Amino acid sequence: MVHFQNQSKSLSTSLIKLINHLCIVGDMIVSMTLELKDIPGQLVLALSPISEFHGNIMSVIHQHDEKTPRGTIPVQIRFEIEHQVLDKLIERLEKSGVKVARVGEERLRSTVSVILIGHIVHSDMGDTIDKIDSTGFAEVVDMSLSMPAIDKTSSAYLVINAVGEKELSTALDIMREVANKKDLLMIEPIHMNSVGA
Amino acid sequence: MRTFRISIIGFGAVGQGVARSILSKQEYLNKQGIDLQVVGISDSKGCEINETGIDIEAALLRKKQKGSVAVGSGNGLDIIRDVEHDIVVEVTPTNIKNGEPGLGNMRAAFGSGKHVVTSNKGPLALHFSDLKELAEDNGLFLRYEATVGGAVPIFNLVHEALAGNTVIGIEGILNGTCNYILTRMSDERMPYDLVLKEAQELGFAETDPTYDVEGIDSAIKLVIIANSVFSQAATYKDVDVTGINKITPEALELANKNDYVVKLVCEAREGKLTVAPRLVPKRHPLAVGGTLNVASILTDLAGRITISGKGAGSIETASSILSDILYIVRNSKS
Repeated sequence: MVHFQNQSKSLSTSLIKLINHLCIVGDMIVSMTLELKDIPGQLVLALSPISEFHGNIMSVIHQHDEKTPRGTIPVQIRFEIEHQVLDKLIERLEKSGVKVARVGEERLRSTVSVILIGHIVHSDMGDTIDKIDSTGFAEVVDMSLSMPAIDKTSSAYLVINAVGEKELSTALDIMREVANKKDLLMIEPIHMNSVGA
Repeated sequence: MRTFRISIIGFGAVGQGVARSILSKQEYLNKQGIDLQVVGISDSKGCEINETGIDIEAALLRKKQKGSVAVGSGNGLDIIRDVEHDIVVEVTPTNIKNGEPGLGNMRAAFGSGKHVVTSNKGPLALHFSDLKELAEDNGLFLRYEATVGGAVPIFNLVHEALAGNTVIGIEGILNGTCNYILTRMSDERMPYDLVLKEAQELGFAETDPTYDVEGIDSAIKLVIIANSVFSQAATYKDVDVTGINKITPEALELANKNDYVVKLVCEAREGKLTVAPRLVPKRHPLAVGGTLNVASILTDLAGRITISGKGAGSIETASSILSDILYIVRNSKS
């Protein structure tokens, strides 16, 4: 999603090129909605295949009193699992009578916000975003731009997501380098924010 | 009653604050069996010496009326060398180029067997380990709580209260001028230049604001922290410094919309020293406004400890100096 403040200035949308996701091999985070029959032992039936495929369950929301129109009980599960075994897991669940109602991948789980100040548009904003998106492991997922006047410096707020913390740190390194090259001031969040806070 | 004789070298805002604090706390100190006697005061124009104790009230009045405490022509160095006393309160202005006259004053103090309490950043930022060593070799104390964070007791906290902890990192806002400017820009949506002018009119910023707004003052304080807390032989050149002069009101507004404030943050972590504008979540303990200073210390045992308070001001800085004087009084053998 890209917002623009000061819409009056024409700004070619071609500046912003969001590159499609590249397929990532390795672990992924999956959120899944399952529908279980209202009989004992169904939750174990749903969860044990995930363990068998070496998945790491992160959360389970089991709403026993909220039945679907079909009389089944919806369960939301978030887990980390190897990319290649997901199809096999779904197949196994369906075979054992667990209905897989929805599968979604949360690929980009680490996030950081930064602010850029300088001649952002004139220094090719599309290219700045591209440098992150083309990594394949990180993307600029949100941006707000504020341009007070044509001869004044612009300010932009960017949200960068990445597949993991290590990748996020690499993405920040790239962003720092780009900002440095284009003479943009980059404001990052404080570092110890999440540690021991 | 234990009597400790003190000299105040430098009689500007901080020196006068120290004198006022000693005067106002006399009864409090006497109750603890401590008598602090000021035997020498100097400023740029001269000095007053009285080995049986200077009339502090009269000295303060003379400074106010005549612009100087001087009744004699000697300087600080003369007092340190020639007048018998125990503690030198070195509060001459910070000189970041060569540390003088503070550096010479401190060396002379240690050379003549006197403890040093200081708010002077220059000598510590340039020669921390030399001065520390010189003090220790002579069995003397070098105390410098007032150099960083004004009234905020960062070094006491780390070295005394948090003794036994390993400090993992420190983040802080250590320049009240920058904090004031950023807070005003954000609250009033005013551009940098205008807020700077306002800060100068209110006396929160110097006529030449470079030292504050380019992050130099913050960097010097960070160097003292690195030396004191991490025993890192760092100098100003080791700090990666970015100031606040390029920050736009629009950037602050964008931060605000996303629940952040922008602050000039000093950071010592993993051997790296950085001063730069940073995004601080609005509810984070570092997000203090106005001219306040704050330090957040991350330790292995205690976790995160954050303290904030007034980073400047005559009496506030004197609070740290008085605390250092009393530390010496309580811990010295003489």
